[in-house]
Amino acid sequence: MNLAFRDVRHNLFRFVLTCLGLGLLMTVVLAMMGIYNGLVSDALNIVKAPQADIWVVEADTQGPFAEASKIPDDTRDAVARLHGVAEAGSITYQTIEAPFKGATLRLYAIGYERGRLGGPRAIVAGRGLEASHFELVVDAKAGMVLGDTIVLGRNRFSVVGLVKDTMNSGGDPAIFLTLADAQVLQTQLAPPAARVQAARGVAGASGATVAAVIARLDPNVDAQSVVQTVRQWKHLSALTQADQEDILIKSVVDKARKQIGLFLGILLTVSAVVIALIIYTMTMEKLKQIATLKLIGAPDRTIIGLIVQQSVALGVVGLGLGLVLILTVKDYFPRRVLLEPVNALVLTGIILAVCVLASGLGVRAALKVDPATALGG
Amino acid sequence: MERKVIVDIKGVAKHYGAGEARVDALRNLDLQVHAGEVVALLGPSGSGKTTLLNIIGCIIAPSEGQVSLDGELVFDTRWLRNDLRRLRLDKIGFIFQAHNLLPFLNATDNVALVLQLAGKSRAQAQERALELLDYLEVGNRARAMPALLSGGEAQRVAIARALANTPRIILADEPTAALDSARAGIVMDLLRKLAAEQEACIIAVTHDEKILDRFDRLFHLRDGRLEDDR
Repeated sequence: MNLAFRDVRHNLFRFVLTCLGLGLLMTVVLAMMGIYNGLVSDALNIVKAPQADIWVVEADTQGPFAEASKIPDDTRDAVARLHGVAEAGSITYQTIEAPFKGATLRLYAIGYERGRLGGPRAIVAGRGLEASHFELVVDAKAGMVLGDTIVLGRNRFSVVGLVKDTMNSGGDPAIFLTLADAQVLQTQLAPPAARVQAARGVAGASGATVAAVIARLDPNVDAQSVVQTVRQWKHLSALTQADQEDILIKSVVDKARKQIGLFLGILLTVSAVVIALIIYTMTMEKLKQIATLKLIGAPDRTIIGLIVQQSVALGVVGLGLGLVLILTVKDYFPRRVLLEPVNALVLTGIILAVCVLASGLGVRAALKVDPATALGG
Repeated sequence: MERKVIVDIKGVAKHYGAGEARVDALRNLDLQVHAGEVVALLGPSGSGKTTLLNIIGCIIAPSEGQVSLDGELVFDTRWLRNDLRRLRLDKIGFIFQAHNLLPFLNATDNVALVLQLAGKSRAQAQERALELLDYLEVGNRARAMPALLSGGEAQRVAIARALANTPRIILADEPTAALDSARAGIVMDLLRKLAAEQEACIIAVTHDEKILDRFDRLFHLRDGRLEDDR
């Protein structure tokens, strides 16, 4: 006879309500885990998207994700001619704001050369860029659909393709456009400002710079040796893909990651305390029944089973509800909530451990109960 | 034929504290209760009735003396058995003032629980529980939860639970306090009948004067000493 199950069934409403409360807490914990993962994954997605082996950037800089980097756009030809380089492409990055359907969209514009490295990794709808100008491939999170148009700078662009899960570390959805369009967008002044500059006799900016040149190497070529070769050019610097990812994590994502990690730790601690308190209260309410059980001869394992099983059931059902809730609402979060099966497994392990530890308090109280209290007097 | 001694207490004392703060709850107390006997422990509040009941129920240890239950010496300056709960499960049935049924089990399961704790299978336990409930005329309430039972019904279920493992000793703490006089009489008659049939002894703490004529012997406890009135 499973006493824990019978007790739960008898107080089903209260149990469900408690599980619901715990489930909401678990939803927040899982959301934080998902946001934490999403933050790292988004940041890395951008740097991984071009599938490059080395990044050639402005000298004494750490590349376009950490700080401004400007190099001449003909650098690509020089890099492409290096021994061991299979292909190379110029790339630019900038954050822009543009009006769209009555709202202002904040977008992360990536300019690349069609047919070369730097374009979107996988298009989920539509096609890639085919025209030389005024076409966009957009992350679906931007809220645009195929055929939509948007004005960027002085020109109207059409959405021809959609990608998923491509955004910068700030959560701004990415848009891909041709390098030429991106360079214009970066350098072209608004008409009044252009007129002022013309009146002052300042020539318009050439636009012939890019943020980086990325290169893919031939098989079995050591990336470090190519990096060393590039560094001999004093006006350039080079990083391997691993360096670039490391810099991105350390300089851009690290603080946010620590912040979320700390908050996650606090949430887990709060959850542990709440579970312990619930289990302890549930046990204290049953002291008379536990005394009766002891008096009629129930062994300690029956009493411990009653408490621990209820505690674990509470944790598992709460976690289950939390999982269902977060999976239902995760796509409504403004930032990507990325939940991996390993997260659910780790949290299940943590919650089970917390439940067993928390029930220790209740078990301790239960084992201390004097069976004589059942007799009264 | 002389009846077997089921509860045999010799020179039992129980005191709490030490020195000037020492309180003697029981002093050098002897008591023998035989199979089939129904005895009452009477006395004012604080006279030691519940302490004595707790000692016979192996819940608290005496400070001095010997306790034998069903022919087995279980206490002689210390407990001689480690498994006191098993001893209670096998030999002692408890009937409480407020029935103390587990609220999350129905009447049958409350009775079946002690049988299963004693090692019976679920089917055997259920069958025996239903037999007992029928015998105590609450078989029609077998599936009812304790909250839905009347006071008399709940007390009968509690008696069925106390009898489930056919104990030789039944300890009752104010078994009729929650019942009207008619029902109290019925419950006492039932206990007498069970004691006779199962060759068990029943020791009840009571203040209920209406049922005193149902006991074979009355023991008055005064200042921790026992006086046999009848």
